[in-house]
Amino acid sequence: MKELRLMKGNEALAEAAIRAGADAYFGYPITPQSEVIEYLMREDPARRTGMQVLQAESEIAAINMVYGAAACGKKAITSSSSPGISLKMEGISYIAGAELPCVVVNVVRGGPGLGTIQPSQSDYFQAVKGGGHGDYKLIVLAPATVQESVDFVKLAFELAFKYRNPVMILSDGIIGQMMEKVELFEQQPRSTHEYEWATVGKKEGRDSVIVTSLQLQSEEQEKVNLRLQAKYREVEKNEVRFETYECEDAEYLFAAFGSCARITRKAMEMARARGIRVGLIRPQTLYPFPYDDIRRLSEKVKGILTVEMNAGQMIEDVRLAVCGETPVEHFGRFGGMIPSPDEILEALEQKIIGG
Amino acid sequence: MSENNIICHDNLVYDKTRVMTDKVLHYCPGCGHGTAHRILAEAIDELGIQGETIGVAPVGCSVLAYYYFDVDMQEAAHGRAPAVATGIRRVMPEKYVFTYQGDGDLAAIGTAETIHACNRGENILIVFINNGIYGMTGGQMAPTTLPGMKSSTSPRGRDTSTMGNPLKMTELVAQLPGTYFVTRQAVHAPANVRKAKRAIKKALDYQKLNKGTCFVEIVSNCPSGWKMTPTQSNKWMEENMFPFYPLGDIKVPEK
Amino acid sequence: MTEEIIIAGFGGQGVLSMGQILCYSGVMQGKEVSWMPSYGPEMRGGTANCTAIISDRQISSPVLNTFDTAIVLNQPSLDKFEAAVKPGGLLIYEENGITRKPERTDINVFSITAYDESVRMNNTKVFNMIVIGGFLKVRPIIELENVIKGLEKVLPERYHHLIPLNKKAIHQGMEIIKERHSLNQA
Ligand SMILES: Cc1ncc(C[n+]2csc(CCOP(=O)(O)OP(=O)(O)O)c2C)c(N)n1
Ligand code: SF4
Repeated sequence: MKELRLMKGNEALAEAAIRAGADAYFGYPITPQSEVIEYLMREDPARRTGMQVLQAESEIAAINMVYGAAACGKKAITSSSSPGISLKMEGISYIAGAELPCVVVNVVRGGPGLGTIQPSQSDYFQAVKGGGHGDYKLIVLAPATVQESVDFVKLAFELAFKYRNPVMILSDGIIGQMMEKVELFEQQPRSTHEYEWATVGKKEGRDSVIVTSLQLQSEEQEKVNLRLQAKYREVEKNEVRFETYECEDAEYLFAAFGSCARITRKAMEMARARGIRVGLIRPQTLYPFPYDDIRRLSEKVKGILTVEMNAGQMIEDVRLAVCGETPVEHFGRFGGMIPSPDEILEALEQKIIGG
Repeated sequence: MSENNIICHDNLVYDKTRVMTDKVLHYCPGCGHGTAHRILAEAIDELGIQGETIGVAPVGCSVLAYYYFDVDMQEAAHGRAPAVATGIRRVMPEKYVFTYQGDGDLAAIGTAETIHACNRGENILIVFINNGIYGMTGGQMAPTTLPGMKSSTSPRGRDTSTMGNPLKMTELVAQLPGTYFVTRQAVHAPANVRKAKRAIKKALDYQKLNKGTCFVEIVSNCPSGWKMTPTQSNKWMEENMFPFYPLGDIKVPEK
Repeated sequence: MTEEIIIAGFGGQGVLSMGQILCYSGVMQGKEVSWMPSYGPEMRGGTANCTAIISDRQISSPVLNTFDTAIVLNQPSLDKFEAAVKPGGLLIYEENGITRKPERTDINVFSITAYDESVRMNNTKVFNMIVIGGFLKVRPIIELENVIKGLEKVLPERYHHLIPLNKKAIHQGMEIIKERHSLNQA
């Protein structure tokens, strides 16, 4: 049965991990996402589903524990916030190279360095363009509501196993800390399937399974890279997700993701009340990015404003999408500052309508 | 007698040490961090090495230690202070270098850095504040959390069968040939404060001998994380922490 | 109906839980709700605030810079949020500890002596329920029975015997809230 609850984003995400049938969570405390591990420890999911929860000695350890569990074909998840995600990047690259499924949650805070514990979106590049070393891609989901924090955990595991690829949920301090109504999905089974790529103990009559990201021969490594690239093209073809709001008659367009898209939507409502016909596109997948859809929408509008809690990161993908055919500008607050709807509207008027 | 006759240097019995700045400490009331800062600062002052000391602050409640010590300081990433200090001491062999770290910083995420700095015998002082909890992030379990002790990530008490055993880092590093002086102290009562200060002063002084790492653990309290009043927390510390983490020298230089 | 509320005061005054109770009550009444706390080191004994939004429609932004209602429980919060009330909006302040009274004349201003009342009730823990009572008197957006249902959700089972006391506190709040400046009269 579906269940309605009022929950904090981080706690809802933790509950969703249990319900998604995760076999294991490994993490290390860091603000603003410590509620994830605190919730799991309180809830003690071993009782409910047998899910294992462990506080690791560092984020480096945590992501490597995920590697180990994922290589056994299990549903493994970890969460952290920006400085901790930087530490995980090495492990994430190895997981991508070894083609293992897992879910990594980043409740982003402002940086660089130790930065601030307040919300930010300044890890967009790190999530979408690499972060770790080597030619790899993460599938990146950007929730904008507590509901999506829940639903995307289930989706993330599905995509991770479908493509044998790490999936990142790029949340932020606003979505992690806020409370909203959520509908919780039903309990999903844990992973019991013995995948042929997983190390589950060598069976009579088959070769041993080796999980590795190492190829000593360049020819072999190139084959791996080509296979990865082919997989990424499939992901790009099948998995683009986004929402649009009031784009039918729009003269101008906002582009924003995550919590920032919610604030931008408020600015859109205010603009509409003043007779400005502006719409909003909100990518739900940041990789794969909705290039074609933004291009299609851009053909009908005079200009696009990206609104981000960073110094201008997604704007580069929006610009790629429109190929210079439509003016694209950026408005951002950063360092943990949150843009206000008024500011966003003013930026639209100055940078796009007046510009 | 006028006020001015009383407020004079001859009557001064207690004063703020020069090696601490005038910044107001942000620590919770009754927290041991403040006293630990003060004795470290006094030791630097009394040895007259303020101008030759470089400190490294951790990530933890004492992340802002660089505001309070009036010496040159660096801020390290979480757990990496011993590596940062190694870098400093290797290029500045004449300087006095210390790190000041909590238990999460030193004994969880920074275990490797701690062990390897000690094993190389880096000529640094490591001051280790063991309060058995992650204070800064709001009271999660630390590697030093006692068996059965409650925290926000061990809400039913630390279960050693799944969460591991408390790590006695100080005994561990004492085993390493690189350490020269290893001791465990406390700062909750005047006699302990005096002893702890003497230990720190000795440890700093040893640095000029280039004989290896000096490691001073201070078993401390965290009233906020333990959800106790300062007085309760000191009592709880005496009754529970000290039996598990007995005070005293663990490794002393051979005569 | 959409009510955008900021609640601000010292940490420990129950600011965050007041917002949560209002939101839970809103859920019980079938409304859309959102609650967003200020978080961080400032919470340790310093100032705390939260934004609570209760609406018939889907809520866009969970963070706002202007509000229909500001409930302020100390001077720094009054200084910070008086200007953020929308013209025609509502400001409620706790009289205890307020040295500079609100000055705006384009909003409705009410005051409450919830702290004194809680002392009279022999339980300073019901302070925030008295304030909620006062607020609901002026803005009856949620029915009392749904507030009680909300409380049952927020409070762990072992505190459920305190619900009658909380109910009384809400009633007291409704009694003692005082009108300071009203646009209707002006
Ligand atoms: C890479 C990284 N992971 C996690 C954190 C979050 N964090 C900050 S302080 C801390 C623990 C501090 O505990 P401790 O070292 O015991 O010091 P205390 O606060 O108790 O003095 C953590 C986990 C961080 N800043 N960086
Ligand atoms: S949280 Fe604990 S360790 Fe940190 S300042 Fe407060 S009492 Fe001290």
